[in-house]
Amino acid sequence: MSASHIVVSNVNKVFQSAEREVVALKDINLEIPQGQFVCLLGPSGCGKSTLLNAVAGFAPPSSGSITADGKAVTGPGPERGMVFQEYALFPWMTVADNIAFGLQIKGQPKAQIQATVDQLLTMLSLQDFRNRYPKDLSGGMRQRVAIARVLALDSPIMLMDEPFGALDALTRRNLQDELLRIWAELKKTIIFVTHSIEEAIYLADRIVVMTYRPGTVKRDLLIELPRLRDPASAEFNALKRELGQLVMEEQQRHHHDELRLAAVD
Amino acid sequence: MVATSSWRQVGIGLVLPAVIIALWQAVAQLGWVNPQVLPSPLAVAEKWVAYLLPLQPYDAAAGSWLHWAVSGELITDSLSSLYRVLLGFLIGGGLALPLGLAMGMSPRVYDWFNVLVQMVRPVPPIAYIPLSMLWFGLGNPPAVFLIALGAFFPVLMNTIAGVRQVDGIYIRAARNLGASGFTMFTRVILPAAVPYILSGVRIGIGTAFIVVIVAEMVAVNNGLGFRILEAREYFWSDKIIAGMITIGLIGLAIDVGMNKLNNYLLRWHRGLEN
Repeated sequence: MSASHIVVSNVNKVFQSAEREVVALKDINLEIPQGQFVCLLGPSGCGKSTLLNAVAGFAPPSSGSITADGKAVTGPGPERGMVFQEYALFPWMTVADNIAFGLQIKGQPKAQIQATVDQLLTMLSLQDFRNRYPKDLSGGMRQRVAIARVLALDSPIMLMDEPFGALDALTRRNLQDELLRIWAELKKTIIFVTHSIEEAIYLADRIVVMTYRPGTVKRDLLIELPRLRDPASAEFNALKRELGQLVMEEQQRHHHDELRLAAVD
Repeated sequence: MVATSSWRQVGIGLVLPAVIIALWQAVAQLGWVNPQVLPSPLAVAEKWVAYLLPLQPYDAAAGSWLHWAVSGELITDSLSSLYRVLLGFLIGGGLALPLGLAMGMSPRVYDWFNVLVQMVRPVPPIAYIPLSMLWFGLGNPPAVFLIALGAFFPVLMNTIAGVRQVDGIYIRAARNLGASGFTMFTRVILPAAVPYILSGVRIGIGTAFIVVIVAEMVAVNNGLGFRILEAREYFWSDKIIAGMITIGLIGLAIDVGMNKLNNYLLRWHRGLEN
């Protein structure tokens, strides 16, 4: 494996409110090599999105450091493209304009932008939607555009925050396969947040299971099943059982915490 | 299918106006009311046409045909009223838009201006009539001032709200793509605020149109507002109503035009709310 591409060291994140403070991340250390597909897995409230946002540069950690490509992360930027669960396409731009936007900001020449957009539209089977507005697209199509928009930046790192969480099962599987194909072709480093155990096993080289508050790394394991993986296979299901156990423990803690907080209120 | 149902809708919508006009004509024809109080719809229509047509017969020596065709009192009045609305709106809206954008974007600018705005805003533009005449005399200047004032606040308030309600997810996505400063403003914040700004423009034009009529009644000696007040002095109630109908038609035309503009500028937005 090549050198670490993303390094998260001793990261802590504390959210302070008037009544209480929540330790969202505690002593997180991760080294992610170039080209690895990492899934952050855990129940809601385990800080997986917080960690992703810290890597994206939206919310800096309270302490500790994050470097990507050898440079300290100080803010959001196109070298760490993000795909959001809620798509976050610009509704006033057509599909092609959404994809072109990041390149226009970079100041690329028009012809070059055009060529990249054409190529991405083809890669994601969006040719027929070039001049449509996002409101006219289904959720799956919107997420394709969001992926194309990030791929246009040609960034080595792709961050994905539950990108397929709002999609139906078939569309979801379809996009997962597409993502794997693109990843194999373009060799991106991907950090993918999900609370679906099956999705994590289906996609990842490596799964990082996180604990419920404070968010720590509970288990960090490599998935060595050959792709494409068969969710009905015995090995897949053995992993599913093992990870299911881990995630369920955290889910229970989440549940008890909610009950406790409700009782205080 | 869609076309027939929309024709049907128009047809149904025209039933009540037709009934009311028929009743009105009947009441007038039966002599139940003094025609100086309420003239018959036919008399009003006749007056409207007379008001519309040029006062002098066509004379090629006096100027072009087109010039003659629009020389009727009604058209001159309408054009002068529209000119005031447009000029006043451009001044009022043109000042409100940048201020609203600045107040929406920057909490500091907002803090500087908000109290002043909230104190001035509840004073209806009509209340400025005496001052505007003291300051600007008679004619277009006070009218345009009042109209600008009337258009200013709706555009301002909606622009502020429009900028402030921009969904944070768009800002985050744009920052992630590398946008900042000017690009962020022109390509993300401004378009995201356009639906609010346009509804402010719509309200602003409506207010401008109300104010122009009032302003012309007191400070100007032409325009639709002046004309209907003038007609009252001669007890020309048919002309008053003809003028009112013209005001209504122009208002309707402005509204339809705004609707078209809305639909074009917001073609990405329709159905997005749900």
